[in-house]
Amino acid sequence: MTITLTGRGIVPGRATGEALVSHETISGWGGIDPESGTIIERRHELYGVRFTGKVLVFPGAKGSSGWSGFFQATRLLGTAPLAMVFTTLSTKSALGAVVTRVPTITDLDRDPVTLIHTGDRVTVDADRGIVTVTPTHV
Amino acid sequence: MRLNDDEKAMLDGAEGPAVAAAMDLLVRYGEALGADRLCDTRNVAGTMTQPSPVKASLVRAGGWAKAYAVLNLDSDGDFEIPHMRVPTCQLQQGFGDDALGLTPYPPAMIELQSDAESFYGNHGVTILATCTPYQVGNLPVRGEHCAWMESSAVVYANSVLGARTNCEGTASTGAAGLTGKIPCWGNHLSENRHGTHLIEAAVPVDGFLEWGMFGYFVGETVQESRPVVTGDLHRPDLADLKHFGAATASSGGVELYHVPGLTPEAPTLDAAFGGRAWPEPIRYGRRERRAVYETLNAQGDRTDVDFVLLGCPHASLDQIAAAARMLAGRTLYPGTELWIMTPRALRTVADRNGYTEIITRAGGRVLTDSCPAMSKAAPPGTRVFATDSAKQAHYLPAILGIEAWFGSLEDCVDAAVTGRWRGGLR
Repeated sequence: MTITLTGRGIVPGRATGEALVSHETISGWGGIDPESGTIIERRHELYGVRFTGKVLVFPGAKGSSGWSGFFQATRLLGTAPLAMVFTTLSTKSALGAVVTRVPTITDLDRDPVTLIHTGDRVTVDADRGIVTVTPTHV
Repeated sequence: MRLNDDEKAMLDGAEGPAVAAAMDLLVRYGEALGADRLCDTRNVAGTMTQPSPVKASLVRAGGWAKAYAVLNLDSDGDFEIPHMRVPTCQLQQGFGDDALGLTPYPPAMIELQSDAESFYGNHGVTILATCTPYQVGNLPVRGEHCAWMESSAVVYANSVLGARTNCEGTASTGAAGLTGKIPCWGNHLSENRHGTHLIEAAVPVDGFLEWGMFGYFVGETVQESRPVVTGDLHRPDLADLKHFGAATASSGGVELYHVPGLTPEAPTLDAAFGGRAWPEPIRYGRRERRAVYETLNAQGDRTDVDFVLLGCPHASLDQIAAAARMLAGRTLYPGTELWIMTPRALRTVADRNGYTEIITRAGGRVLTDSCPAMSKAAPPGTRVFATDSAKQAHYLPAILGIEAWFGSLEDCVDAAVTGRWRGGLR
């Protein structure tokens, strides 16, 4: 059984991988470590978790305007997520996705953060704006 | 996104490959936002000089032009960087040479930054080196379209000055400096500048500490939205609003707020909501105030303070003067450091007024350009720090893995001279 969400691709491309879902917004500067590709904000639900190579699903960006620079650094250091799917578009998340250069979809018809679970297999087709989810949980 | 002829020509390379790359980034970014068009800006505040290991390796490989192409334009191209097309300034950066030897911050980074200042200074970037450009010569006028980074400066520019800027990033400001363009989206459009939430202070909000705590509550409550704040508000000064906005942009992502009767786009409560019905007010009372204080102080157990940090965002002259008055004739506790961060231009005035000498005689330091959170460095061996800034208390414990106390300037100076945290909510 698969679930399909439709939205707007903002960085083109197509990728399939394992979902990492954050229910909380993510900080760039002060929130992630680009060298290790992990979340470092102490009070965050994903504190210490690595996002490299995962389809990062999250509600949106928060915090400093360094957001895009920190996510761009994950691309330059080889620790970037595989793709991004997020609920709320802002200048931070839009520019961040553009400079990370991974397939990204936002403005979805349903809430990706509640429908997708960490570990699900997800295809992000940003050329068509379609997220396909194969749940792994029961 | 529609481009005018001038913009199309830039995209097609009429002004060289760097400007074309800048326009390409603005188009990719503008389309990701869903913007209809670009708007003209003559006021850019970004970051070019701040050193990092990634930047150091890019400079080694291809000089500053390569670093600018990759980091400030998100381009893989190799080209020369022309002079900035519009006035552009450097925000806060890494520590300068006044901090040499005070922390484990690498001297090579200070050298790299000094080299960057020469390069970018020659390319039309004004090295203000502060998170508060509006204190030292970049004061946008009401309605001016800007392309600024630094969340605390963005919220100040939009709310207190009535200028129009989104919270931009390294690449969008880099591209704006070379083109004088930025996506016309979000805060640039009048219809996106009215309030969304009403917050009413039921306790007095008076002075630097209270405005900061109130801001932290407001940000946590409204997240990315546009709050209108009313109630028992005592007239704030520049430093109070600087603290308030920085706090709203730390606990949340506020880029624009209104204080009816005070901030320029909200002469009245009606105007703040654009003539629409006011939402139900959210109350900030004694319980909420205490909860903010406890959240900001939930990151400390040990009461022996080794480091006191003032000036986040960078201190105003009034704040430096107040600290100097409080430190006059006193001496810091052995092993406890006190730093006040401020723009270099204001330190020059502090030097001239004798404030720096008073602070230095007590054992404190007035430093510039950066802060411990930006440079990820504090005095060696710091385990517990105290600050009067909600923003620094929010960020620094995660960045440096140290404990934090948050309180008033009086509490912080007391900690600096006794080595003990004795602050509390009064």
